[in-house]
Amino acid sequence: MTMASTPDSASSAASPRNRDDNALVQIADLQMHYRTRDGNDIHALKDVNLKIGESEFVSIVGPSGCGKTTLLRILSGVLARTSGDVTIAGRQLKGPSPEIGVVFQAPILLPWRTVFENVMIPVEVQGRNREQFGARARQLLAMVGLQGFEDKYPSELSGGMQQRVGICRALVHDPSFLLMDEPFGALDAMTRESMNEELQRIWRDSQKTILLVTHSIPEAVYLADRVVVMTPRPGKIVEIIDVDLPRPRLLSMQNTPEFGRFVTAIRRHFNSEGVLDA
Amino acid sequence: MSNAAQESFKTKLGNWALALLTFLIFIGGWEAIVRWLDVPVIILPPPSAILVASWKSFSAGELLFHTAVTMYEVLMGFLLGSICGLLLGFGIALSPLAERIFYPYIIAFQTVPKVAVAPIIVIWFGYGVSSKVIITATIAFFPLLANTIMGLRAAPQDQIDMLVTCTASRWQVFRLVRLPQALPYVFVGLDVAIVLSVIGAIVGEFVGAKAGLGYLILQKNFSFDMPGTFVVLIILSVLGVGLHWIISYLQRRIVFWIDVAGERVTGA
Ligand SMILES: Nc1ncnc2c1ncn2[C@@H]1O[C@H](COP(=O)(O)OP(=O)(O)OP(=O)(O)O)[C@@H](O)[C@H]1O
Ligand SMILES: [Mg+2]
Repeated sequence: MTMASTPDSASSAASPRNRDDNALVQIADLQMHYRTRDGNDIHALKDVNLKIGESEFVSIVGPSGCGKTTLLRILSGVLARTSGDVTIAGRQLKGPSPEIGVVFQAPILLPWRTVFENVMIPVEVQGRNREQFGARARQLLAMVGLQGFEDKYPSELSGGMQQRVGICRALVHDPSFLLMDEPFGALDAMTRESMNEELQRIWRDSQKTILLVTHSIPEAVYLADRVVVMTPRPGKIVEIIDVDLPRPRLLSMQNTPEFGRFVTAIRRHFNSEGVLDA
Repeated sequence: MSNAAQESFKTKLGNWALALLTFLIFIGGWEAIVRWLDVPVIILPPPSAILVASWKSFSAGELLFHTAVTMYEVLMGFLLGSICGLLLGFGIALSPLAERIFYPYIIAFQTVPKVAVAPIIVIWFGYGVSSKVIITATIAFFPLLANTIMGLRAAPQDQIDMLVTCTASRWQVFRLVRLPQALPYVFVGLDVAIVLSVIGAIVGEFVGAKAGLGYLILQKNFSFDMPGTFVVLIILSVLGVGLHWIISYLQRRIVFWIDVAGERVTGA
């Protein structure tokens, strides 16, 4: 599957991050109900409408339990939606795709595989060239500061290091659409900031489309073109905020009043909902 | 050698010395009490008498011969039973249909005490080694079956989901996650099965045999040769411990990501 843009969107190259009908990802009237073991119905996602343009960076913030992971699981193709239309690159979403990379909320490494072998899982599963992508895997590991840990086992790594291995695994097969579920939650503040810079650089250089779930409002604003704000019970989108701060963004920008205005605008939702988050 | 390694070497040496000392005190105490209280050899033979008996038994060639026979029965029965348990375990874990068809019979079969079935098997398969191999196999079978089924179902859903998002097929999920996750369980099954296999072979020999350590015990018993009986018992326990040790060794090498305490290391 290629996510090459249609001739239409190629002509509107002036605004590559369009949200018109040529959007890479189109989610319309998405509903998700879970049925629990004791027969209860949980309305996890209600009337979710969202379009994500090619090469756009979108962040999702929202309190615990508002359906962020659920939305990502649907987009990654492992969870069947209750109803609604989801198309990716013009095709109805039916299942997992090699063009999608997923960073999970937990690292989910296989303990009997070394760090390198864990990163190589998508390459192996998709039958890609081991040598070419092996070199890429080593590069990615070096980029996240794990050079020299290639032959260690997950149990020999700290939680934050394991999470970084999970990030490399999502990137190794060079997917054009990246889904990230709180990828930096387990990292210390300093590593987290440098990972944020690194992610911004990867996104700029590779033109990937990224959907990032985070608990940190400043992180969401710093990285995204748009921030999607969700609230729980039932999980729905309450606002989508355009972040028109200039790029490339510097970490020092976080102290400017412009940046602060975005943070305040987002935080307002959680204060009014009575859920203080981040 | 680093300081820490030196320390651990010292502790190991100390532990060995302690174990050896305990053993010597136990043997010495046993010898002393038997002599001091003048216990008849027919009730409890002293270690010295057992040592003499084992030398006699060994040099007559009977010990080696009967040990070899029992070893053969144990190993062949263990292999036959484990392979059957493993294969059927795979079938049942992967196919709900196979589970519905076979499982009731398997449970019924498992509830029947194998000791009660042994005489029938001896009648069917004769007094030679084959009946003992079959009896041993029926005992080794179930631990493998139960543990294989449990192991193949033990893979955490998030690991499976992770592979599925990478577009893994059912077969790839099986090979990359289900199978490795089942290995620790299979080894638990093997460990239980190997110890039970020794018991199985001896039970078979008790029911009716022409050779083997079980046969030898009965013979020694009939001729009131208590030291000789003890020799066979000691050989049997050494055999059991040795086989268990081999399985544990393989387990530590192959399922290396599980730590010694049996605690699961998830790595995630
Ligand atoms: N498999 C499931 N079965 C039943 N209910 C579920 C299941 N998975 C999630 N839910 C419910 O759906 C709702 C949304 O869950 P989800 O995991 O998407 O939240 P989240 O926004 O990712 O939360 P967090 O920030 O804590 O990760 C929750 O109320 C949760 O209890
Ligand atoms: Mg979540």
